[in-house]
Amino acid sequence: MYAFTYHRASGLRQATNMLNKLEDAKLLAGGQTLLPTMKQRLAAPKNLIDLSRIDGLSGVELRGRSLVIGALTSHHDVATSPVVQQNLPALAQLASMIGDPAVRYVGTIGGSVANNDPNADYPAAVLGLGATVITTARRIAADDFFKSLFETALEADEIITKISFPIPKKAAYVKFRNQASRYALVGVFVAKRPSEIRVAVTGAGASGVFRVPSFEEALKKRFSPKSLEGLTVSADGLASDIHGSAEYRAHLIGVMARRAVAQAG
Amino acid sequence: MSATGIGAAVRRKEDFRFITGRGQYTDDIRRPGQAHIHFIRSPHAHARIRAIDGAAAARMPGVVAIFTGADFAEARLGNLICGWTVLSKDGSPMKMAPHPAIAVGKANHVGDAVAVVIADTPAQAKDAAERVQIDYEVLPAVIDPAKAAAKGTPQIHEAAPGNTIYNWHLGDAEATAAALKAAKHVTKLEFVNNRLVPNAMEPRAAIAEYDAGSESFTLWYASQNPHVARLVISAFIGLAPEHKLRVIAPDVGGGFGSKIFIYPEEVVCLWASKKVGRPVKWTAERTESFMSDAHGRDHVTQAEMAFDADGKITGLKVHTIANLGAYMSTFSSAVPTFLYATLLSGQYEIPHIYCEVDAVYTNTVPVDAYRGAGRPEATYVVERLVEVGARELGMDPAELRKKNFVRSFPYQTSVASLYDAGDYHASLHKALQIHDYKGFGRRKRESERNGRLRGIGFATYIEACGVAPSALVGQLGAGVGLWESAEVRVNPTGSVELLTGCHQHGQGHETTFAQVVAERLGIPIEQVSVVHGDTDKVQFGMGTYGSRSGAVGISAIVKALDKVEAKAKKVAAHLLEAAEGDIVFKDGKFTVAGTDKSAAWGEVTLQAYVAHKFPTSEIEPGLKEGAFYDPTNFTFPAGCHICEVEIDPDTGDTQIVAWTAVDDFGTVINPMIVEGQVHGGVAQGVGQALLEHTVYDSSGQLVTGSYMDYAMPRADNLPSLKVDMTVTKCPSNPLGIKGCGEAGAIAAPAAVMNAITNAISSEDIDMPATPQSVWAALQKVSKSRAAA
Repeated sequence: MYAFTYHRASGLRQATNMLNKLEDAKLLAGGQTLLPTMKQRLAAPKNLIDLSRIDGLSGVELRGRSLVIGALTSHHDVATSPVVQQNLPALAQLASMIGDPAVRYVGTIGGSVANNDPNADYPAAVLGLGATVITTARRIAADDFFKSLFETALEADEIITKISFPIPKKAAYVKFRNQASRYALVGVFVAKRPSEIRVAVTGAGASGVFRVPSFEEALKKRFSPKSLEGLTVSADGLASDIHGSAEYRAHLIGVMARRAVAQAG
Repeated sequence: MSATGIGAAVRRKEDFRFITGRGQYTDDIRRPGQAHIHFIRSPHAHARIRAIDGAAAARMPGVVAIFTGADFAEARLGNLICGWTVLSKDGSPMKMAPHPAIAVGKANHVGDAVAVVIADTPAQAKDAAERVQIDYEVLPAVIDPAKAAAKGTPQIHEAAPGNTIYNWHLGDAEATAAALKAAKHVTKLEFVNNRLVPNAMEPRAAIAEYDAGSESFTLWYASQNPHVARLVISAFIGLAPEHKLRVIAPDVGGGFGSKIFIYPEEVVCLWASKKVGRPVKWTAERTESFMSDAHGRDHVTQAEMAFDADGKITGLKVHTIANLGAYMSTFSSAVPTFLYATLLSGQYEIPHIYCEVDAVYTNTVPVDAYRGAGRPEATYVVERLVEVGARELGMDPAELRKKNFVRSFPYQTSVASLYDAGDYHASLHKALQIHDYKGFGRRKRESERNGRLRGIGFATYIEACGVAPSALVGQLGAGVGLWESAEVRVNPTGSVELLTGCHQHGQGHETTFAQVVAERLGIPIEQVSVVHGDTDKVQFGMGTYGSRSGAVGISAIVKALDKVEAKAKKVAAHLLEAAEGDIVFKDGKFTVAGTDKSAAWGEVTLQAYVAHKFPTSEIEPGLKEGAFYDPTNFTFPAGCHICEVEIDPDTGDTQIVAWTAVDDFGTVINPMIVEGQVHGGVAQGVGQALLEHTVYDSSGQLVTGSYMDYAMPRADNLPSLKVDMTVTKCPSNPLGIKGCGEAGAIAAPAAVMNAITNAISSEDIDMPATPQSVWAALQKVSKSRAAA
């Protein structure tokens, strides 16, 4: 790790000012990706702005037919929240499968979504549920938020404050893990909403999380694993590495999608 | 059996300090004024070093010194060596290329140390290292061992033309060829025994200190054999005379072989500590461990097994290319030869065996002994062939094995090993019972109903442990003898310090060795402390590896205890005013046969030291005895492991659903510790079979250089293991011990792969059987079925 300056922000306005003023600054929102990367000297921000002491950034709230989760809410808190478990069990389950207990106690939903790791779990839920990312500046629809590997629609001085998940009729997340890292090699989130069906895939895309329109169309006719039988995803544009070729990942998307639909019931 | 004696499942004495954080590992040691060294490692697999400019780095804060290979070469010290000479078929010695502790002129693998920076703190050393300018000319790299010796392949070392270290062989080529020709059936397989990264929990570490007053060095480091390290560093590197070098291996957090070897880092720390006049400390980061700890396995093998019409094995022919990496590590030459081909008879009577091994250099991390060392590779060859042979012959794999088992002992194999004792039918039979082998068909149908493929696989393995008779290994080219030493120091109050030349780095010697002493002397194990790992305390010893500490180390202890008892009886005879021959020692009490006269252990030990009651002209005061024990044969632990898997055909994911292990380790000192060794070994073997994959790209970059890409076994990769034992005592050592440390890692890979190939009805898969490769194999099967 290289030397850096640690700053503790007491409010969002102060954090935004710091982001604007400090040279090469990064937000610390749990740091479960950032800190190991810094330790390996692969990232070297000059300034770290810790958001963890800002009031009101964590917690879960039911607002009408939406679940609103503060950006600094830990994976553990999402996984164990009775409100999430009752209203959006698929999301609680997803959070319970992230990393290991140490990661889940410290890692946060906002940190994960802002980082947009192509193998992370939360992007699949945000896109799969058609969530809204709420920032210090605006509200961003999930479909507009994730741009590419580790890239989002966030401006340099924009901070995620909440994520609002519309509660679906049915939803499930199933992932197949990379055996080494245990990140998702392929993770599929399916949701049946009153207005639409969404199928979002993480782990497999060469440019991050994506939706599968052909699966969504098929499931619109009938929300059943049978509807997906015989449907395939093209290997073009999928990631390929020692853990999974693009062809294997394409195959797993189909398998995981069918299982997610079955699990959603 | 007493509560803490031989055979008792005593809780490990050492665990309290380990699990409460009170262990003392090398990195816990801080010496006054210590500086920290950072090794600058080549980012290229093969590159000429044109120039190194450390001027800017030298001006960085805290920098003490910067040294290159040229600086080290100026000291005119020796190279690192491989201490076991293997001869080629033509009688020529192996082609060992120079291995300088810091590369001179050329880097030969990613991770090869090319310069060092010493600074006040580790971070300063690392910061400055980034400013050292190194001008490399990248050369084409040799990565694939199968192509290393091919014409047109770049040369790595001048000393080894065609990158070939040796072309070795064992057995009768003609008779084996004839057996194959005459066979009713020949089973042929080709496979890769995958390269593994050891990954001990504690990374390698060293602190070296030079005392100018006494002109002597002290080296604390994570080693499995501190005395051998001292000998090599003294006699071959030439850093200091043996009596001016103290090597201490304190608590060591796992080794699995990787800490047997003498590496560049400890040598450079020693040299640099004198050069800069400060203690020099190094602790590897995990990434460094991946690219500098000696790796394991890495064989490319073609093998053929001949059967007659009854399913009797009539011959075995094996050709192996062994990848030894960029340099020959300390014992690398012996692993794919004497520790491999000598075990190719397995548990079977095979009249003719012929094995050729070509060892090659490549631009990869050096390869040396790793848990099992040669024997897992041999077991994999034999057990895969036997299982596939049974399938091809339409025979039950258990029945085919029974038909071929060695039945009478001693048995001379056709590959030099002399099996002394065993009962292979007994362990197979017990394993079949425990596993409910008969119920497999029912379980398979159940799995099918759930859309899963179920498979079962055996490994009836044998290994040679208790390394080793010194004269024999000398004939085979070893540079050392492999006896062991022990010293029993009895204190006046009767408590005991037991000094051993073995070294513990997870095995539990502090408990098991104490149990042997406690049983013999009739004292509680709390009164026995085990001293090891310090060349100033223990006079000499060969360390711990190859499952030798029980069979060889404990045998030395028994020999020393014999002497202690004999001397104590003399003292007791004077104390009890009886003839020495009438003294009986039992349960910690000396009695005069046929009388009620007795003396307790503590009374006699005190008398030995106060020396009031015996003529010191006849009996020396004190009670301290030492012994050196040289084994007369290897020991041959063997057993039967059965693995049952369930495969998800949609994903290729394999779950091990049942595991039965029935091992014959001879006499067991502590069954709980032995069971733990089986668990750990099986986990490591399952890691090799399912998960662990060392991948180099064609340019020689280590793709799997961290836990993000290198998969280690975790608890959820294993079922609850059923572990049991059968016992035939080893006839060649006093307690009948065979050894247990490596068995699991030896048996498991073959058992797992036999189960997987059974489940998927295809032999076309190598380790590790990852979900992707199982799925791909299944795709091939269904394609060929569709075509048929």
